[in-house]
Amino acid sequence: MGLLTPDPGLVFWTTLTFVILLLILRKVAWKPILRAIKVRQEYIQFSLRDAETAQETLAQISVKQKEIIEEGRRQRDEIIREARDLKNEIIREAKETAQVEATRIIQQTHEQMVREKKEAILAIKQQISMLSLDIASKILREELATNERQKYIINRHLQEVSLN
Amino acid sequence: MRKILCLLICVVFTGTLFASGSEKGDEFDASTLIMHHIGDSHEWNIISFNKGKENELNITLPLPIILWHKGLHIFMSSKLHKIVKIGDNYVLYEHGHFYITDSNGELFDAEGNIYIKNAEGEIIDAEGAVFTDFDKIINAHPLDFSITQNTASMFMGAILLLLIFGQAARGYIKRGGLSVPQGVQLLVEPLVLFVRDDIVYQQIEDQRKADFFVPYLLTLFCFILINNLIGLVPFFPGASNVSGNISFTFTLAIISFLAVNIFASRDYWKHIFFAPGIPFLIKIFIVPVEFVGLFTKPFALMLRLFANITAGHIIILSLASIIFVMKSFFASPLTIILALVMFCLELLVAFLQAYIFTLLTALFIGMAVNKAHH
Amino acid sequence: MTALGLGIIIFGVGLGIGLIGKGAMESMSRQPEASSKIQTAMIIAAALIEGAALFAIVVCAFIL
Repeated sequence: MGLLTPDPGLVFWTTLTFVILLLILRKVAWKPILRAIKVRQEYIQFSLRDAETAQETLAQISVKQKEIIEEGRRQRDEIIREARDLKNEIIREAKETAQVEATRIIQQTHEQMVREKKEAILAIKQQISMLSLDIASKILREELATNERQKYIINRHLQEVSLN
Repeated sequence: MRKILCLLICVVFTGTLFASGSEKGDEFDASTLIMHHIGDSHEWNIISFNKGKENELNITLPLPIILWHKGLHIFMSSKLHKIVKIGDNYVLYEHGHFYITDSNGELFDAEGNIYIKNAEGEIIDAEGAVFTDFDKIINAHPLDFSITQNTASMFMGAILLLLIFGQAARGYIKRGGLSVPQGVQLLVEPLVLFVRDDIVYQQIEDQRKADFFVPYLLTLFCFILINNLIGLVPFFPGASNVSGNISFTFTLAIISFLAVNIFASRDYWKHIFFAPGIPFLIKIFIVPVEFVGLFTKPFALMLRLFANITAGHIIILSLASIIFVMKSFFASPLTIILALVMFCLELLVAFLQAYIFTLLTALFIGMAVNKAHH
Repeated sequence: MTALGLGIIIFGVGLGIGLIGKGAMESMSRQPEASSKIQTAMIIAAALIEGAALFAIVVCAFIL
């Protein structure tokens, strides 16, 4: 039983040591250590939460980015389509204008041709008349070379006119 | 592998060196040696050579003896080989007990026989025969508050704890909570986190109440652990069996008992004395059992720690003394390997017993403090 | 008499801790992921049983 009976001296010293150790350790050791661990834990929690928010924001941003790209693509398609339409339109207009212009030019040329023909005919007429005048004067000269021939023609013309 | 073999051979030869010392015909008394190592003593034994022979050499460190007998008396244990005068009386130290005597150093028993200490230091009765039955002596005892070997070792353990944890805390104060731990913080932090998260927070649900008990449970764990570990070291500052001392575990169990019952909630007491929801006939049996259970739980804590640590020390010392009993070194390799294995087991037991004590205390506190789940 | 009592105690403890070990091995083989939890629980249960056994040893050897 010697081993199994508590010795009051040792009980007293053990209680004293343990209680003093508890008080001193609590102030000197556990408070700073536990506080530091708690600070680190909270920091990690906040960091994790911030990381999660950041990830969510990133996901949102990437969705938005995709949308913007889609929008851009759609706009690009539309622009291309518009451009194509515009091109067709321009070509059509150009064709029309060209056609109108061509018709006008043709008409102008035609008019010019007519005019020039008229002028040419006029010139020819003038030439012919001059020529015929020339020829007539020549012929008259030849005809009316003698006075007798001149009297004979005038008597004939007078007979013709009196017969009318 | 080669290193281990070399080490083993060296140890074997040193074993034979000591074993050959006792060949001169005295018996090697293993059980007294073991009981002496496990028990407490009033001076710190460092080492002793040639025990039991004429040129016995004991190197001891004297410790203060503090006695209370009509006044406080303090003196060093080196004076104990004769009777010591304290106040008006004298005290005689024999066989682990202090007896108040008169100036002749006489011990009385119930029949009136007188026994005194002779020149060789043995107690003899009136005829001169050696007297060994100390239970019959009825001299008064002073109250003994002396610093024994176990107390001094416990002080040393407490100072070590203060040094280690104080250093770690200083590191945290200097560098702040968000820094990377360095140095002794790396040793301290897993321990603290382990006790706080896996023991206390698991058992006590409300975190604010748990934070109140964490310093106590941390101190308990580290105190038991460091005293277990100091007891395992085989040489000078270490060989004392502090956690295997029943007074030590008794005190710790009492403190646990107080911690559980002082902070218990009303539900806890209600469940013990007025077990609700149980039929009356069974209640007659349950209530005494629960009441006795209040006391058996710390009692089991006390006995568990005491018996585990003491048994471990006894085993290691027995295995080491096989060499001396057999007086041959052919037994030593086997015993050394066995002793190594037992040593590793004792290391595991040191951690495990500290863990179990703290876990069960946290469990009891949790049972007392948690809200009832019905 | 003490020796007989101690022998019976050891018999009971060996059986008890052996059964714990058996249950632990079987569940570890069924579900290897939980093996560290099972190991912790096994050690705790073994320590508790050993506590009860040492209780009985102390009563048997030192008191009686």
